[in-house]
Amino acid sequence: MNLSMRWLKEFVDLPEMPIRQFTEAITLSGSKVESWQTEGSELDKVVVGKVLSLERHPDSDHLWITKIDIGSGEEPLQIVTGAQNLQVGDVVPVALHGSTLPGGKKIKKGKLRGVESNGMLCSLGELGLTQHDFPHAIEDGIMVLTEADGCDLTLGKDIRDALGFHDTTVEFEITSNRPDCFSVIGLAREAAATFDLPLKLHEPKVKGGAGDCTGLLDVKIEAPDLCPIYANRIVKNVRVKPSPRWMRERLRAMGVRPINNIVDITNYVMLEYGQPMHAFDLRSVGGRKIRVRRANAGESIVTLDGVERKLEPHQLIIADCDHPIAIAGVMGGEYSGILDDTTTIVFESACFDGVSVRTTARDQGMRTESSGRFEKGLDPNNCLPALERACELVELLDAGDVMDGVICDNPHLPEKRRIRFEPDWIRSFLAAPVSDDEMKKILEKLACTFDGDDILAPTFRPDLVHKADIAEEIARFYGYNTIESAPLPGGTQGRLTPKQKFQRLVSSTMEALGADEIMTYSFCSPKVYDKLLLAKDDPRRRSVVIRNPLGEDTSLMRTIALPGMLDVLAHNYNNRNERACLYELGNIYLPHESDEELPDERCILTCGLYGGGCDFFTAKGILEGLFARIHLAPWEAEACEDRPYYHPGRCARITCGEDVLGYLYEVHPKASENFGLGHEAVYGFELDMALLQAHAQLELEYQTLPRFPSVSRDLALLCKEDLPVAVLEKAIRKGAGKLLERIELFDVYQGEQILSGMKSVAFRLILRSKTATLTEEEIHAAMDRAMQELEAAGASLRA
Amino acid sequence: MLQDDLNRIRAEATAQLAGASGKKELEELRVRYLGKKGEVTAILKQMGKLSPEERPVVGKLANEVRAAIEEALEARTSALSAAAFEEKLKSEKLDVTLPGRRPVLGHKHPLSLALDELKEIFLGMGFSIAEGPEVEYDYYNFEALNIPKGHPARDEQDTFYVNDKVLLRTQTSPMQVRTMEQQRPPIRVIAPGRCYRSDALDATHSPLFHQIEGLVVDKGITFAHLKGTLETFIKQLYGEDSVIRFRPHHFPFTEPSAEVDVQCFHCHGEGCRLCKGEGWIEILGGGMVHPKVLQNCNIDPEVYSGFAFGIGLERITMRKYNIDDIRLFYENDVRFLGQF
Repeated sequence: MNLSMRWLKEFVDLPEMPIRQFTEAITLSGSKVESWQTEGSELDKVVVGKVLSLERHPDSDHLWITKIDIGSGEEPLQIVTGAQNLQVGDVVPVALHGSTLPGGKKIKKGKLRGVESNGMLCSLGELGLTQHDFPHAIEDGIMVLTEADGCDLTLGKDIRDALGFHDTTVEFEITSNRPDCFSVIGLAREAAATFDLPLKLHEPKVKGGAGDCTGLLDVKIEAPDLCPIYANRIVKNVRVKPSPRWMRERLRAMGVRPINNIVDITNYVMLEYGQPMHAFDLRSVGGRKIRVRRANAGESIVTLDGVERKLEPHQLIIADCDHPIAIAGVMGGEYSGILDDTTTIVFESACFDGVSVRTTARDQGMRTESSGRFEKGLDPNNCLPALERACELVELLDAGDVMDGVICDNPHLPEKRRIRFEPDWIRSFLAAPVSDDEMKKILEKLACTFDGDDILAPTFRPDLVHKADIAEEIARFYGYNTIESAPLPGGTQGRLTPKQKFQRLVSSTMEALGADEIMTYSFCSPKVYDKLLLAKDDPRRRSVVIRNPLGEDTSLMRTIALPGMLDVLAHNYNNRNERACLYELGNIYLPHESDEELPDERCILTCGLYGGGCDFFTAKGILEGLFARIHLAPWEAEACEDRPYYHPGRCARITCGEDVLGYLYEVHPKASENFGLGHEAVYGFELDMALLQAHAQLELEYQTLPRFPSVSRDLALLCKEDLPVAVLEKAIRKGAGKLLERIELFDVYQGEQILSGMKSVAFRLILRSKTATLTEEEIHAAMDRAMQELEAAGASLRA
Repeated sequence: MLQDDLNRIRAEATAQLAGASGKKELEELRVRYLGKKGEVTAILKQMGKLSPEERPVVGKLANEVRAAIEEALEARTSALSAAAFEEKLKSEKLDVTLPGRRPVLGHKHPLSLALDELKEIFLGMGFSIAEGPEVEYDYYNFEALNIPKGHPARDEQDTFYVNDKVLLRTQTSPMQVRTMEQQRPPIRVIAPGRCYRSDALDATHSPLFHQIEGLVVDKGITFAHLKGTLETFIKQLYGEDSVIRFRPHHFPFTEPSAEVDVQCFHCHGEGCRLCKGEGWIEILGGGMVHPKVLQNCNIDPEVYSGFAFGIGLERITMRKYNIDDIRLFYENDVRFLGQF
């Protein structure tokens, strides 16, 4: 919402102050200023000048050499111009040497085809203006200043003064609870309360006298639930012409383009009162009947923008005896506007239900200035004063003859809302020592009145309902920053939940193991399931679907965390980062049968790496490091082909007891290629955090340090090449039993001296007893049992 | 005279030992003087020729000479090995400016770093940390927060819908309601998490972002507590000398509502490009929990009161590290991550 400071000052006698002081103060009382701009602040050293002579440039067929009097009493300035509209005697804007124009353009003297030019004559556009601002000037050529446009023609005068640039426009961010502040009067009320000054409201007075309008129009509201009031006044003998300069300037300052006096009046009243107005030709109302009703099935309307729109039966329209002539609060019909031969117009000032207007505007795909205001919920009691103001302006501008009487249907107008005044509660709620009287004074400034112990809130303040709302009003003007801060009383203890602690442990461990943390989007495109080589009927394709995505890429909630990781790895790979080792803790979203149930959000730890000489066992090493750190219960890795997006020969299912914690893998080369990783091998693992936590042993108990020496024995074994080493390890553990402290694998060998199809595997067993030094017999017995188990598993001692 | 010989030997031996320059020479000297056929031994062998009166005198002297030579030998040996050790150390000299062999360390994501700091601050103030679903019911995201269907605030937050009842949460505020449903006052929680709005991705907008919700409900909680808590938080985050102001604002689920600004760190309130000329930078929003929201959660607003606030994690993090493009957070370039 833009506000002209000049217009504001019509309602509040603000003392002279730097604009910053004003914007700070009103921001802190709740009307936030986004920015401000002083008119013409981009113009410097541009003055009024008069064309004394015009001569053709000797070397050009379109340039003119002019002599300009800038009222300095010195030699006239010589300026070359390309414009063709000038005549001797014209008064024009002159940008002098060293001047600045909008957009930061600097003007310097120079030569044009050999002829000296000491500045520039300016067009409307070059001054940042349009013909709407100065109707008597032309767009295509130099702006000629006229008294008709209200310009000051004193030569040498700063152009800002000559054109009447005195205003500062302040841009406010108005919150949705304050529809009243989308108006000059609303903001003036706030400003008056902020600076503790009286608000000077003006009561519009219409002379009328152009005859009685009753009977010219029959107005009836047929949907009283959506329209509390619909009011009209009629103006005869309309005289359409440009508005006076003061009105154009104010509109321009508020960011509204001046059109003509009638349109400008509707806009002026909308800006001043916050009440959208509509003016239409009486001839466009068929049967002289206006019905405010819901659309009938099958009805349509061609709106002012020339688009034919189908109407839905819940949408509120203004209709004449048989056709819709406007979509209520949104836009008028094509033929209802002011035409060249219009003589009699109807001013409409009405109030429509905000939700209805909002839904209709949204469904019709056209948000207008009017709909944007109605949807915030306007005050029905504002309609009649605004209508009066419009007619008063018609008379002031001599834009037509106002007829007597108001044609109005108002089934129900709201009354002031009663809120109990509870000053004690407010004082303790705010912890602010505001006296009852101070509170009353603040509320009265905001147009609240009192009836015994009740506050009567004005109907333009729909946000005042509860005593907490009253507390806010008090706090705003007492000062949020005046209220003294207090620390929270003690008594509660902040703690992380076990889940949060576990996540923290996993994160810090992953980082210690060399992985960078990443964050990726929770949504994905359905295409990623194809890239992951999932079968068409794979259940993991079933995802939570977003009904209104930004695009395909944000249309599904992911059911697999890997694509996010692959996208990030690909980004790094394609940015020529030689290596990456990354992890993410992020959710996947697994839908239930019914999509009215919230999906299961499971946190997945995903690790992914490429480059730097990494391989499958680099990933496995990180996994083992993590498992060691969280003291995971005994776990197993076994080869599997569970997932199409993992390399079929390089994927391990990680289990702990009955639970599958996740997978350790090389990504399927086709899948990583699909994600843009070329032929780069990608390794990693994915683990379900909840299951991981369930099997982590986080309550630790100290084990006494060994007091007796250990012995080590090496075993060189021979077995079939496809026998997993884990099977051998398991056999050793089972055989050697309690005495086995640990096993170290130190060699796997295939090649010369080994039968083909076989491999040699060498282990070192570290044996120790907690209670005594081991005897040779005990060691032999343990090794024998281990060998028996190994033989049973298919291994033999290498000769 | 044997005594004279012994004294001569002592003088000669100690002088030679002192000048000896290596292990081999020392050994030769040891053999020459103290060996079985050495000079001192030779003299001792002549002891028999001496008179009984002379014998103890010469014997004593001979032992003294032997001891002196041994001592000199010892001294020279250790001096030489010390010198050799020094020499060895000198030869081990390294170019200490060569680079180290660094174990690879992973880096925390900057959003996590900032979030951890935030959590620490609030844990210290007695807040717990709550979590809740990102795919959320319309009821929790809007209805229960005093944003009924048709409310203009619903348009301001462009919402991703799954269906009429289910959406991607646009804010962490539904956690206010979920917390109050699960827990009776006193309540003091923060709830960080992912939020979604259908904003196209650019340097300052992302369809996915993080918020941290805060909620305090108890008897006698006032606006002053809201101010005190947020001031403490901001000062811990940005330093004790931060200048803070509270500004009225509107949120449907708090009343009174406030936005909190800190004075621009760059221009100290003068107005500059960083703060868009305002001199202040908006940091977070909050307010007193709306009585209707308390009622929706079956908490009697006549008995209890509370405050709530919401912090944008990306905004805080961008400010903290002077990051100017939100997309960097989700691209996860290792050259970016490696800086934290």
